[in-house]
Amino acid sequence: MEGAIIIKGLIILGIFAISLTIAAYETYFERVIAAYIQDRVGPDRAGPFGILQPLADAGKLFFKEDFVPTLADKWLFIFGPSLAMLTAMMTSAVIPFGDSILYEGKEIFVQAIEVNIGILWVFGVVSLGVYGILIGGWASNNKYSLYGAIRAASQNISYELAMGVSIIAIVMMSSSLSLRTIVENQHGGNWNIFYQPLGFLIFLVCSFAECNRTPFDLPESENELVAGYHTEYGSMKLGLYLFSEYVNMFISSAVIATLFLGGFNYLGMDWVSSQLIGQFGETTGHNLATLLGTLVFFGKIFFFIFVFMWVRWTLPRFRYDQLMDLGWKALIPLSIVNLVITAAAELSGQPLIVNWLGLAIFIGLAYAYTFLFTKNKASI
Amino acid sequence: MQLTNRAKKTDKKPLTLAERTYLPGIAKGMGITLKHFFSKKATIRYPEQKRYLGPIFRGHHILKRDEEGRERCTACGLCAVACPAEAISMVAAEREPGEEKLYREEKYAAAYEVNMLRCIFCGLCEEACPKEAVYLRHDKFVPVFTSRDQVIYGKDQLVEDMNERYERDAWTKEEMQKLWEQQKPVNY
Repeated sequence: MEGAIIIKGLIILGIFAISLTIAAYETYFERVIAAYIQDRVGPDRAGPFGILQPLADAGKLFFKEDFVPTLADKWLFIFGPSLAMLTAMMTSAVIPFGDSILYEGKEIFVQAIEVNIGILWVFGVVSLGVYGILIGGWASNNKYSLYGAIRAASQNISYELAMGVSIIAIVMMSSSLSLRTIVENQHGGNWNIFYQPLGFLIFLVCSFAECNRTPFDLPESENELVAGYHTEYGSMKLGLYLFSEYVNMFISSAVIATLFLGGFNYLGMDWVSSQLIGQFGETTGHNLATLLGTLVFFGKIFFFIFVFMWVRWTLPRFRYDQLMDLGWKALIPLSIVNLVITAAAELSGQPLIVNWLGLAIFIGLAYAYTFLFTKNKASI
Repeated sequence: MQLTNRAKKTDKKPLTLAERTYLPGIAKGMGITLKHFFSKKATIRYPEQKRYLGPIFRGHHILKRDEEGRERCTACGLCAVACPAEAISMVAAEREPGEEKLYREEKYAAAYEVNMLRCIFCGLCEEACPKEAVYLRHDKFVPVFTSRDQVIYGKDQLVEDMNERYERDAWTKEEMQKLWEQQKPVNY
């Protein structure tokens, strides 16, 4: 029992450390990827290939003057970035980073806590995340900060709806709220993305919006609102806000990979697992297979982090009305359509075929509608 | 009237259904950025890596000597007159017997100073010089200075060193064009 608790503690510490390290290196890779997309090479001065850049950045932020504006609400001003960071880190608790570790005959999940409401936890903590921005913007006592904060709040509320409905479709398919069960149901290449391409798209767009990343970075749109909710922030308080954005990005990628790309599942994992067990014995083999699954999971996460950055350096920012239009008039109806299709597919007993059939029928109907009700027939 | 054939005709037709979802457009845009992601980078890592600036770059001033090592400058002052920034000042002196090896003509510049804070590197002194004495070298910058007493360059820094004579790579436009063509493409 002692050993099991120590291993669990190590796993929790490991998850914590890894998400912080990855978030730190995301700042470096963001700059490198931005540079590469713009035909530059990016930061390459601090250490070989510039890999010490995150340390240099953090050092710079720590040594800057840490001030609170006179008219700001001092405690809320400090509380804002702390809350943003806290909520960003909390989500990683329920994400299954790997299968399980065998130790003295006991199975220990590579996951901080295995709760049967995992996805609800994620959803709840993510909606709490907007408080960090809102409190920071409000406490700054600056109209631009407040505008940014209010934009963040309304944007997050709008996009959480569509996100929630597309999650419901996933929950209907796996009939469980536990992230581990959702992952296990995708075993053997049965990834949810094949069943739910539309749901995946909606979830991806909504998670961009939830992370306040371009094209949805209206809360900090610098050419309209100075710097949005963190206008008054400097030093490491600003650093915490920026850092929490990168942690959020990592967690969102992990959630997307868990829900739609099968988490730690990969093709032929049973065969690999049986080979490893045959080679190294029951315990070591199983643990090695788990490690491999975890690595695959991180590969998927890194892919999505790359997509996040790729999209950021490709698409321009939405206008505010376009943002609301997309959220309320496009994504929410689409996610409801997706929900109906999934429900029908689950009832029919042939989920894969019926899902795609339903999508095809929906697209056909959309075309028929435009054909019948638009004046310019040539525009279809 | 059509000036080039690159102009694209704008199309005011209402968007099609596929266009209204923005997805094809987004995919296209992401394809373009991905292409740039893998393309060759334009960066030149400056202090370590320098590019050739061409044979007519206007850099550090130099007071040329002739092939026998005599200073060409006769302190006529035309460069100082031509200088729009009034950066050049000089003191003329008469050549004494026995100094024929040092100065080409009977008059020479005892002091010749360029104020590098004033100089705008326009090259008008070079054009004004009737004796082909003053040039702006194409291969050397005036180094960064950190205090005012480093700013005024006297003859000790300007007169050509006979061991390292300065040669310009090209004198005519045709020669220069040939040079540009011969060059290896800069690291783009």
